[in-house]
Amino acid sequence: MSDNLILENAALQVEEALPESINPVEPFLRSDRIPHIWCPGCGIGTTVNCFARAVMDSKLDPNKIAVVSGIGCSGRVAGYLNLDSFHTTHGRAIPFATGLKLANPELTVVVYSGDGDLASIGGNHLIHAARRNLDIKVICVNNLIYAMTGGQSAATTPESCTTATSPYGTFEPTLNLPHLLEAAGATFIARWTTYHVMQLAKTMKEALLHKGFSFIEIISPCPTLFQRRNQMGDGLETMKFYKEHGKTKHGADTASLDLTKSGDIIIGKFVEKKDRPEYIDHMREYYTQKLGRPFEFQVKTC
Amino acid sequence: MPADPKAVLTGVHFLNGDVACCEGALAAGARFAAGYPITPSTEIVERFASRAPEVGGVFIQMEDELAASIALQGAVWGGAKSFTVTSGPGFSLMMEHVGYAAMTETPCVFVDVQRGGPSTGLPTLPAQGDMMQARWGSHGDYEVIALCPNSPQECFDLTIKCFNWAEDYRNPVVLLMDECVGHMTEKVVIPPAEQIEVTPRHLTNKRPGDYLPFKPCDNMVPEMAHAGDGYRFHITGVTHDERGYLAVTSQAQDKLVRRLCDKIRNAAGQLALVEEEGTEDADVVVVSYGITSRVAERAIRMARERGLKVGKLRLITIWPFPEHHLRALARRVKTLVVPELNLGQMVYEVERVAGGLSRTIGVTHAGGGVHRPEDILAAIVEGAQ
Repeated sequence: MSDNLILENAALQVEEALPESINPVEPFLRSDRIPHIWCPGCGIGTTVNCFARAVMDSKLDPNKIAVVSGIGCSGRVAGYLNLDSFHTTHGRAIPFATGLKLANPELTVVVYSGDGDLASIGGNHLIHAARRNLDIKVICVNNLIYAMTGGQSAATTPESCTTATSPYGTFEPTLNLPHLLEAAGATFIARWTTYHVMQLAKTMKEALLHKGFSFIEIISPCPTLFQRRNQMGDGLETMKFYKEHGKTKHGADTASLDLTKSGDIIIGKFVEKKDRPEYIDHMREYYTQKLGRPFEFQVKTC
Repeated sequence: MPADPKAVLTGVHFLNGDVACCEGALAAGARFAAGYPITPSTEIVERFASRAPEVGGVFIQMEDELAASIALQGAVWGGAKSFTVTSGPGFSLMMEHVGYAAMTETPCVFVDVQRGGPSTGLPTLPAQGDMMQARWGSHGDYEVIALCPNSPQECFDLTIKCFNWAEDYRNPVVLLMDECVGHMTEKVVIPPAEQIEVTPRHLTNKRPGDYLPFKPCDNMVPEMAHAGDGYRFHITGVTHDERGYLAVTSQAQDKLVRRLCDKIRNAAGQLALVEEEGTEDADVVVVSYGITSRVAERAIRMARERGLKVGKLRLITIWPFPEHHLRALARRVKTLVVPELNLGQMVYEVERVAGGLSRTIGVTHAGGGVHRPEDILAAIVEGAQ
């Protein structure tokens, strides 16, 4: 069956199914905010679908999950999720999430944002949150570019790519996020592409249930601004590229995960550690010892 | 409601302004502070780091001021009363999040212990150079409430007021200290907990389906909910409607931003705290605030010894500017003398209000010390002529 036919059939099935049943992820979305802003072929919506399934499968109480986003195309995710959600300032989703989690540790706090937001302007916070091993789950949609502002180059743009601010091609070295995060102390690190939806949803569920700083990088297309400018085809072609070049290597050395323009993308779960204490657990134990009596954690007083 | 006695150090103490500020925050119910070290403010969070674990609170030293000034807002939405402290250079970095707190109506407190600027300026000598920054430092139209203590006792008292007003107006409130007041040690009386009035967060009683996070009540201030309470609300720094959903239109902008400003502007009368003395028959009134008000006292005494009719008006509330008091005064006196530790900031605000009614003379000082009383006296003498 051709790819086009598969898509047409899928569309027909959806049309037939809609009147009778509701998509299982719908309760996790703010349907009154649809249509969303993302372009045709963009991968962010795919990741949101995976996330909704992960929330469902995790059996966590959705009323106790908060999502914090920064600014950018991926920063809009918080607004589409039917959870307590915070659309913060550019780069500062992680420190906002830090305060939120410390005020109410019962919450599962998820930071959902893009590569420019989390790794460039917010890079310092990414490092220090990983160092603390605070129990927040960072989902980084990496489309290799600043998309919302019109496709400028980013710290994550592979070398020799054309962007709005690199008309002669990028020549700066590219940031390897899993490697950075491992060095900083994150205790759960994985990477998938938006082609690998089953694996991604499963890993998101694992991260939701992992205690400690978790980081998932999702390589995602920006057909409008990245793939188009670099003659890499549309969204569907990018899926084929991910399928062909996505090489699963669980436990891979994070130093080997550099991204290039057209080379293989190593994917999988690279780090899952239980030997570092989580920040709040550690703080409770530490203060209990220092005070000589139980540390009665009570930041939430309102 | 009364303060939680667990955190109130009732008694007569000998404290510096920074420590008194911290004790005020604890009495007001703050159990979360995020900070980044900067002199002359650091003693506030040093004290908090030591005191917080005793009462179940948390101090976290963040990686920079950007992080500190947003971590405290995350904590608010998680259910805490929280604050951050800084000085000029750090306050500059925090400006985006003063705007975020105004836009998202996050009740929180910023303490700025002022030192000389611009840039790194005078570490660490006094100034009052951040008065306008506190008002206008973040982009766009918004209002802050800002209070200015002139003693350690007021650092304690006004910090509590800052937290209470933050809740009442769902707005960022700034405590504008200065290095002298922060490092000055004096008697501070901390009353029994039951005599300290603490404003609880105005949480909604509505059912989740009925609650709109930005629908204003009669006082133009919306009710709050916390993450985890089952409301599944959305908060954004983008212009939004009453649901908290993005609404990027000029109509939504006008409706929202006017309300954000008007909820404070309309309350300016209730928020105006001033100390007025000897103005009834005065020819000249010295308008001052913070440490400069204590130097002005001396100058006023010297002028009275010379037989001049001089009164004082001390601004405790800086923003919203207590313009009704100023205008009433300007109608009946010859001259307003405005000494301040900057090259002219509040003097222009006084002039705006008093313009055409009385003369205004500024007494500037670039910071690094305090005025000589003689310089203020010279302005009084000039103003009396």
